[in-house]
Amino acid sequence: MSAVELNNIVKRFGAFTAVEKTSLSIPEGAFVTLLGPSGCGKTTTLRMIAGLLDPTEGEIVIGGRRVNDVPIHKRNLGLVFQNYALFPHKTVAENVAFGLRYRKVPRDEITRRVRDALELVQLPQLGDRYPKALSGGQQQRIALARAIVIEPDVLLLDEPLSALDANLREDMRVELKRIQERIGVTTVFVTHDQSEALAMSDRIVVMSNGRVEQVGAPEEVYTTPASEFVARFLGASNILEGRCLSRGPEGAVLEVPVFGTVRVPSARAPHLGGAGPAKLVVRAEKLILREAPARDALSAPATIEAVDYQGQAARYFLRAGDTALQAINMIDARPFPAGAQVHMTLRPQDCAALPG
Amino acid sequence: MSVEARERRQPWILLSPALGAVTLLLLVPLAFIVVYSFWLRSAVGADTPGFHLDNWQRALTDPFFRYILLNTLKIAAITTVICALLGYPAAYFIARSRGNKLILLLLLMLPFWISYIIRTMSWINILGSSGALNTALMSVGVISEPIRMLYNEGTVILGLVHFLLPFMVLNIYVSLEGIDTNLEDAATSLGATRWQAFLQVTLPLSLPGLAAGGLLCFVLGAGTYITPLILGGPRDAMFANLVFEAIITQLNWPMGSALSLLLLMVLGVLVAIYNRYLGMSQLTKGLG
Ligand SMILES: Nc1ncnc2c1ncn2[C@@H]1O[C@H](COP(=O)(O)OP(=O)(O)O)[C@@H](O)[C@H]1O
Ligand SMILES: [Mg+2]
Repeated sequence: MSAVELNNIVKRFGAFTAVEKTSLSIPEGAFVTLLGPSGCGKTTTLRMIAGLLDPTEGEIVIGGRRVNDVPIHKRNLGLVFQNYALFPHKTVAENVAFGLRYRKVPRDEITRRVRDALELVQLPQLGDRYPKALSGGQQQRIALARAIVIEPDVLLLDEPLSALDANLREDMRVELKRIQERIGVTTVFVTHDQSEALAMSDRIVVMSNGRVEQVGAPEEVYTTPASEFVARFLGASNILEGRCLSRGPEGAVLEVPVFGTVRVPSARAPHLGGAGPAKLVVRAEKLILREAPARDALSAPATIEAVDYQGQAARYFLRAGDTALQAINMIDARPFPAGAQVHMTLRPQDCAALPG
Repeated sequence: MSVEARERRQPWILLSPALGAVTLLLLVPLAFIVVYSFWLRSAVGADTPGFHLDNWQRALTDPFFRYILLNTLKIAAITTVICALLGYPAAYFIARSRGNKLILLLLLMLPFWISYIIRTMSWINILGSSGALNTALMSVGVISEPIRMLYNEGTVILGLVHFLLPFMVLNIYVSLEGIDTNLEDAATSLGATRWQAFLQVTLPLSLPGLAAGGLLCFVLGAGTYITPLILGGPRDAMFANLVFEAIITQLNWPMGSALSLLLLMVLGVLVAIYNRYLGMSQLTKGLG
C-alpha cells in the first residue's frame, strides 16, 4: 500500500499555478526525493502533504485515509526545514519533547524517548543547551530528532542540508540516510541538488515548472532521462538534435550531427515512438577523449576550447564544426591542454534517445 | 596617529554633534530645573535662591500630590493594557499579511501627520453633546437627550489609547517580524493546534516587543498633560497637569521643578527596572 498518494493535485496562487495536475504514489518506507530547480513547486507540494497549504484541486491520501480536511496537527507527520526552525526559547530536550507533550505520553517515557532520539542523532549530551549554542549541523540533527521522536507516519524534509557547509552536508547525507533506514519511516525529501537526490533516494521525482517530468530510481532517471530537461538537470549532458531513421525492437537508429548514425538500444529510447525528429543524449562523462580515433566505438574529431581542471577529473569544452560539446574525463597522467586536437569517442549503448 | 587610535576616535567624532545637542538642550536645562527645585518662591519679586528642601518635602508628603501620582500611574497602566490587547492582534495581522505590509504600516503612521492636539480634540466632535455620536443616536431615536460622554477618566483613557496605540503596534510588529514563521508550522506539525502553537512559540518570542511597547505607552501616557486637559474633567488631572498648574498658572517655578523631577524619577525607576530585565536594545529596535 502507498504511504502517501497525491491524486491530480493542483495548487494555484491567484492566477499563478505553482503545481499542475500532479499524481504521485509514495510506497511505505521509501525514501522519495522531489528534485528540481528553485521555484518549480517542490516546497508547495511538500506543504500540501504536510497540511500547511490546501490543494486547489485533487486529493491527498496518507495511510489510506483522505486527509484534505485533516488539519496539520492531526496528521502525525515529521517536518524538517532548511533553517532548522528550532524553538529558540526552549532547550534542546524541550524542543525534542515538544511533540510528545501533545500525545499524552507519560513523563518518564518522554524523558526516555527524548534520550533515545538524541542518541539516534548522536548528540546525547546536548539536552540542556539552547539551540543558539549549537552549530548548524547539530541544530539540524536536533530538528531531525524532534521530527522523528513522535514516530511520524511520514517524514517530510525541505532542503534540510542546503544551509550546511559542503563537507558537513556530505556527512549529514550519510547520517540522514542511516537514520531513515534504521527507523524505516516513509520519507519525502526535497532538494535542488542532484547529487543529494542520486545518493540518497529510492525514487526521484524530477519536477520543473510545477510539473513532474519523470519518476524513477536514481539510475533510471540518470541513464534514461524522459525529457531534455531531466537530461540537462541531472549531470552534464550533450544534446544532439537529429532524426530517428527507424525504430525497432532491437533499438532506434538516429542520424545526428558530429557522430552520424547512432544505434541506441531499445531500453534507452523508451519514449521514442518511431521515425521523425529525435535527440541524442550523450553524458559528458561518456564522451571519452583520445589522441587517436577508436575502432570499437563511434569517433569524431574535435578541438578543445577550454579546460576546467577539477583534480581527479577535467571538464573539457569542445568544438566539432558548429557543435559545442562538453566532456568530463578522469585524468590519467595529465589533462589535454586547451587548443589540442582530439578524438571524441562514444559507445552507442551509453547514449539515450528522446523524441525531438 | 596609529590606526587603532583613529578607529577609537571615529565614533566619538561622529557622535559629538548629537552629544552636544543633548547636553545643551537636555542636560543643561535639566540641571537648571534641579537647581530651581531647591529655591523658594516669594510672593512678590524674584524667587529666593538657596538650598531649601521645602518644595521637596511638600511634593513627597502632600496627600493630594500622592493621590494624583497614583491616579496617573493607574491611568497609564490601564491605557497600556488596553493598547496591548488592541495592538497585539493588529500587529500580528500586519506581520503575517503578504504583500500589502507597507501600506498597512503607512496607514498606522498616518495619524502622526496630524497634530496630537488636533487628534485629541477630534473626540469632542465625536463624543460631545452635539457631537456625531449623540446626534446620530438622537436622530435614530434611541435617546432624546444628549448623553454626557466627555470629560471623565474614560475619555482620558480613550484619548491616550488613541494616541499611544501606534507605538504599541509598531513595537509588537517589529518583534513578530523577527520570528520565523516556520516555528509555528513546526509546532503544529508536532501536534499543537494553531492557538497552542501561538501560546507556546510566538507569544513568548514576541514578549520583548510587547514589553518595549508597554514601557513606551506607560511612560508617554504617565507623562501626558494635554489629554486630561482636553478630554478630562476637573477630577481627572494627571501628574503632569500639576506641573503645568504650578508653573503656568501659579508661576511657582521652584515647586513645578520639584514635581516634574519627582515624576521623572518615578518613571526613571520603571525604565531602570525594564532595562535590568529586558535591556534597552529591544526598545531601540522597536523605535527603528
Ligand atoms: N504563498 C504563495 N503565494 C504566491 N506564490 C507562491 C506562494 N508560495 C509559492 N509561490 C510560488 O510558487 C512557485 C513554487 O514555489 P516553491 O514551491 O516554493 O518552489 P521550490 O520549493 O521548488 O523552490 C514559485 O514561483 C513561488 O514564487
Ligand atoms: Mg523550496
